[in-house]
Amino acid sequence: MMNKLTARAASLALAGLMGTTMISGALAQEETIKVGILHSLSGTMAISETTLKDAMLMLIDEQNKKGGILGKKLEAVVVDPASDWPLFAEKARELIEVNKVDAVFGCWTSVSRKSVLPVFEELNSLLFYPVQYEGEESQRNVFYTGAAPNQQAIPAVDYLMNEEGVERWVLAGTDYVYPRTTNKILEAYLKAKGVAEEDIMINYTPFGHSDWQTIVSDIKAFGSAGKKTAVVSTINGDANVPFYKELGNAGIKAEDIPVVAFSVGEEELAGLDTAPLVGHLAAWNYFQSADTDVNAEFIDTWQAFIGDEERVTNDPMEAHYIGFNMWVKAVEAAGTTDPDAVIDSIVGVSVPNLTGGLSSMMPNHHITKPVLIGEIQEDGQFETVWETPGLVVGDAWSDYLEGSKDLISDWRAPMSCGNFNVKTGKCGGSEG
Amino acid sequence: MSLARSLFALLGLVFLLGVQGQSVQAQENLDALRPLVNNLAKGKYDETQRQVEALVASGDPVVVPTLKALRAGDLYVRKADGEVFIATKGGKGYLLIDPLTTENAGEAGRRDVSKIKVNNRLRRVIDASMGSLTLMAADPKVRLAAAEAVFKAGDPEGLEPLEAALQKETDDDVRLVMEQARAAALLNSDRGDSDKLEAIETIASIGNRDALSLLIGVRDSTEGALQEAAAAAITKIEKSLAMWGNAQNIWYGISLGSVLLLAAIGLAITFGVMGVINMAHGEMVMIGAYVTFVVQELIRNSAPWLFDYSLFIALPLAFLISGSIGVAVERGIIRWLYGRPLETLLATWGLSLILQQAIRSLFGPTNQQVGNPEWMSGAFELGQLTITYNRMWIIVFALLVFAGLMLVLKKTPFGLFTRAVTQNRRMAASMGIRTPWIDALTFGLGSGIAGIAGVALSQIDNVSPNLGQGYIIDSFMVVVFGGVGNLWGTLVGAMTLGVVNKFLEPYAGAVLGKIFVLVFIILFIQKRPRGLFALKGRAVEA
Repeated sequence: MMNKLTARAASLALAGLMGTTMISGALAQEETIKVGILHSLSGTMAISETTLKDAMLMLIDEQNKKGGILGKKLEAVVVDPASDWPLFAEKARELIEVNKVDAVFGCWTSVSRKSVLPVFEELNSLLFYPVQYEGEESQRNVFYTGAAPNQQAIPAVDYLMNEEGVERWVLAGTDYVYPRTTNKILEAYLKAKGVAEEDIMINYTPFGHSDWQTIVSDIKAFGSAGKKTAVVSTINGDANVPFYKELGNAGIKAEDIPVVAFSVGEEELAGLDTAPLVGHLAAWNYFQSADTDVNAEFIDTWQAFIGDEERVTNDPMEAHYIGFNMWVKAVEAAGTTDPDAVIDSIVGVSVPNLTGGLSSMMPNHHITKPVLIGEIQEDGQFETVWETPGLVVGDAWSDYLEGSKDLISDWRAPMSCGNFNVKTGKCGGSEG
Repeated sequence: MSLARSLFALLGLVFLLGVQGQSVQAQENLDALRPLVNNLAKGKYDETQRQVEALVASGDPVVVPTLKALRAGDLYVRKADGEVFIATKGGKGYLLIDPLTTENAGEAGRRDVSKIKVNNRLRRVIDASMGSLTLMAADPKVRLAAAEAVFKAGDPEGLEPLEAALQKETDDDVRLVMEQARAAALLNSDRGDSDKLEAIETIASIGNRDALSLLIGVRDSTEGALQEAAAAAITKIEKSLAMWGNAQNIWYGISLGSVLLLAAIGLAITFGVMGVINMAHGEMVMIGAYVTFVVQELIRNSAPWLFDYSLFIALPLAFLISGSIGVAVERGIIRWLYGRPLETLLATWGLSLILQQAIRSLFGPTNQQVGNPEWMSGAFELGQLTITYNRMWIIVFALLVFAGLMLVLKKTPFGLFTRAVTQNRRMAASMGIRTPWIDALTFGLGSGIAGIAGVALSQIDNVSPNLGQGYIIDSFMVVVFGGVGNLWGTLVGAMTLGVVNKFLEPYAGAVLGKIFVLVFIILFIQKRPRGLFALKGRAVEA
């Protein structure tokens, strides 16, 4: 157990009680609560993760202006795991053991999250994970503030099916765990909706794929079977640019074959010639264009913090915004940063999201979010064309996959289980 | 602004077309249409679609500006009274234009109006219906677009206006498309079988995927003679498409090959001719791409009219910058490591990381926007083959670079020295060639060529600090496969790998395709360790 309440007379007693108080080297200075930031600042993922590091610094800065938490200032500890998955685990350990942080905000790729999971479990600390992911996981020490598949992929498919009348589906993705799992869920979902096997085309490409000619012409051919066709894209960040360019050059317009993407946000569009993308879709839980006061304030604060009036905001930033505020509220409610206390107090905490609603932490450590479908505009922003009527509860275990649909997750006592099997009545998932 | 202008132009056209009649009647028409237009703002997409259809059913071209504005997302509803206007941003709010009379209708604050949302399905509906409304336009281009839209829609409702337009059509190209559109609409209508058989023939003669898609619809929904005719036409089209498919694969292969050639050709000099394992080769390509970005950025800010020439300006600059970095690297690092391949490999790999991070710190980790000049955007059709301009120009460019490099190596004194030094260094030195300088310049040449490749690759790939990484493995593969030390080998190697890859991809998928190519090269190297075009003679053993 780790506790960082020190020095203050009031907390001395408590600290003595716990007996494991860690006294950091910075004791001489004013006592602070440390927050770890575990995002890659170099290597391939730096493109996405650097922004999140800055967003966290801003949130911490803002909180300090409001007086910190529990009367203490927050202090950010930034490390660079350099897009190197094993290094994520080392850096996480360093943050918790050496820097004595009370919570960590970080990771982007699923593989980096999987790499740090055992560390957070072993050292009993907290991780807030801000990116949409494939689901099929619920861990006691992790809070998933990004979208689960039912908060992004499934509503997007619903939209295409109901509003655009799509009957034929191309599931195109980069070859790694998130697209593969998401597509597995989508395939099961589509089949459950009565889509025939031959109306689904699944295609995987390597990371950073840049020669899309064959695939685009395949999509064109697949789309000319007399049925309305759409592409559901889990193509990862960088490979998207040449993909959309090829689509545009091949004369495929959004009205003919729309592409709905799960990894293309404002940040990705900022470095792009958006002309070939206009009219294509993306599904997220937040768009910078959200017309609310709280969002306008967030954007202003962000642009002032970063010193660039052109800088955009995006969905994972909002996830950190929600996650950070939830953590602050839970710490204040618990009166301590002790991970066990926070894990107990954070479930049920509600904080405003940036789209005008209240997001709550659910017992499965996922949160409630609205789902928005946006159309890409010429200026690199999205215009919401559809949104779910209410908030959607993040589902850790998909209802459409064998072995996963019987599982639920509830970290409240007395269940305290991330993979409770309702059929067998046992904790331990489908295997155990 | 230009949108507003084109709207007005279109409006003028519309007036010329049909509204010259009595103004009284026109006024009555407008009064009748007004509630329909205002209804566009009520309800969701389904409802809007119904209202669009109702507007089109009026058959009055005066609704065209309304539909156009709706499609472009410029149609707004005033919250106070539910009136619909075309709005353009101006001042602090919006300038309103009456959608039917296109007269100025005052202004509105940002919060007083809300946009009527439009999605892809609505846009399709609007395109199709605008098609039937603009079939008689004065401009043949507008008529052609209209006919194409009607063809895409294949709506039997469009049949009558189409036939009326056909009567008057004078332009042969437009006529042809109109005939095809008529056939498409006819197939979906309830006309007699003989008409439909004729229509199937017309459609079959188009022979492309759109035709195929239409015919499949016919085959699946009819029986008897019609079905047979459709099925026969489908088989014919599929056969010809399969043939075109092969041609397409070859084209794609050559295109991929030219990209490989561009990436590898600089390496063919530094690795192939000089024998330096240069892991930082990809970063030279990346630097070339960033030079393009900087040039475009400067042009955008100071001389936008030069944009279409930005690549020509970037080329020499990229060559010089990458080339001088190459010379510096050779002088500073590589010359101390000749004959120690492992250390060279590690040193240049480290260098590649340093260069990447330097660019990342300088320009930020995100992608930089490099635009395509006008002449590199779009595509043209060759038979059933879609050839995109950017790919075509890259092929041409790759071949030009190759030819240029050949010339330099074979016809210039510098080329002669280079070949002399790489073939027999000591002999060359004895003949008075300053071998260290030749080494540096040759390395600079290879790096400069990589920089030029970066300019071309910036047109099809992301410009990010990671750009080079994606090409380094492929480049080595090409050079090793083609035969170390032989430029012709690099050319043939790149093209072979490109074509093989593209023929494998449709069957094996992109991931497996790549693996197969790698396995193929490994096996090939076992058989012919020196690659396709092996150097012969004593130079090899040196």
